[in-house]
Amino acid sequence: MARVLMKGCEAIAEAAVRAGCRFFAGYPITPQNEIPEYFARRLPEVGGNFVQGESEVASINMVYGAAAAGARAMTSSSSPGIALKSEGISYCAAARIPIVYCNVARGGPGVGAIQPAQQDYFEATKAAGNGGFRMLVYAPSTVQEAVDMTYRAFDDADRDRNPVLILADGVIGTMMEPVELPEMKSEEEVKAIQDSKKDWACIGHKLDYANRAWIQPGQWDTVKMQQWNEDAYEMYKTWKPEVEIYQVEDAEVVMTAYGISARICKSVVDILRAEGKKVGLIRPITVSPFPYDAYDAINYDICKTVLDVEMSIPPQFIADVDRGIHHRAEIETCLCSGGNIMSRDAVIEAVNKLLAK
Amino acid sequence: METNLCVAGFGGQGVMTLGKFLAQATCDSTDKNVTFFPSYGAEQRGGTANCFVVISDEQVGAPLGDVMDDLIVMNGPSLAKFLPTLKEGGTLYINSSIVDEPTDRPDVKVVKAPVTEMALEMGNAKVLNVIMLGVYIGYSEVVSPEVVWGTIEHKLASKAKLLPLNKEAFEKGLEIGRSQK
Repeated sequence: MARVLMKGCEAIAEAAVRAGCRFFAGYPITPQNEIPEYFARRLPEVGGNFVQGESEVASINMVYGAAAAGARAMTSSSSPGIALKSEGISYCAAARIPIVYCNVARGGPGVGAIQPAQQDYFEATKAAGNGGFRMLVYAPSTVQEAVDMTYRAFDDADRDRNPVLILADGVIGTMMEPVELPEMKSEEEVKAIQDSKKDWACIGHKLDYANRAWIQPGQWDTVKMQQWNEDAYEMYKTWKPEVEIYQVEDAEVVMTAYGISARICKSVVDILRAEGKKVGLIRPITVSPFPYDAYDAINYDICKTVLDVEMSIPPQFIADVDRGIHHRAEIETCLCSGGNIMSRDAVIEAVNKLLAK
Repeated sequence: METNLCVAGFGGQGVMTLGKFLAQATCDSTDKNVTFFPSYGAEQRGGTANCFVVISDEQVGAPLGDVMDDLIVMNGPSLAKFLPTLKEGGTLYINSSIVDEPTDRPDVKVVKAPVTEMALEMGNAKVLNVIMLGVYIGYSEVVSPEVVWGTIEHKLASKAKLLPLNKEAFEKGLEIGRSQK
């Protein structure tokens, strides 16, 4: 298929449309404005609906409603806006409503900075809302990955009847890069997907229909509520983490990073390998579930230190890395934050320092 | 092989468009990888606007490099801001109408083009970026001029009456770029 040059945000939106997304509601915030902007233009062309809500809270609840009625529905925002959506996301998880949403993350905390950051890691992977639910969280490191992940996220969400998060950042969202777009689902396919949800969705049932749809973001009965949590937990356990393990086998220093930082680290591996230096990279593709076992690929007889590289101060991703390494090596960090982009030279310097140890 | 380019100037000088045309032409013409990354700070009118284009045979690692191979500077403040990022022996392209050649970097090659004056002489101040894109392509040959022109033609398809002017602008730029090789 021919490649096209697209901005990350627009490519994410187009991938969603091709996956059958026919409803989007959102509220403006930098650096993700091109997602709603693209949907506003594109959805009417395919018979879908776009709403610019009066707030983030309204938008996520519209998405909750549309998905409860069986539509493939999506929202997006950036860090502070995602925080506002957390109530609705938790309700979607509680009501087992499949939605897809994207966080084009920026500096924080608070309003923070409008430039790229990776400071929403704990929020994305551990507590995207109240109640301890879990989600599949994809961390794209290229625009192509953002496209592929968004496309499949709708299938994942429908399969599990659970929210799925694309955890991007301001670089992925605003940069342009050539991509190959996935196949456009036909109107018949989109209709069939919606029809397949008739068992549970509020699609419109006759009054005497035995199995009337009932969307419940909670239970009055504590026994039922516990059962709900147990069922959800069993579903979460079916997920398989995904990871890229790059040149790790003989590495004396292993970097670990996700998203845009991982992409920069991968080029550092290539640059330093060309100089004969033994370095590698472990890059979680899903950050929830986290690929803890991937850290078993490190040869701890020769690798004494792992370098955690992330655009967050204090570091967050390091907590999962620590659990994966489990005291087998020391962990050093290479960090930036607040809207600054990870410098490749800073990563090279940090790795060289560890190699010299 | 990886080329890091920074394009910087005043908001309104078309630096983003210049970068996007180049990225689009690279995407259209070659199997090379390319990224276009715009700076999007809290920009003010009259402030600097800049973007980064990376063209690479391998996958692009950092869409925003630390060190630039090439630097296109359209105004004075951008020169002060970005010249320190230009690598030793790198190439600096300046809008010599309003940017003075730096005296403190004897190591870099300077390609000069008075694009503001040229654009005004052509009767449309806006084409200065297309002239400068021509200069860059003429000098660097990073993508073939035919493909770059094809991209501009395609992008301006809805404004067909501007095509002759842009064609002239692009060709004048190419000539200047080639003549300074």
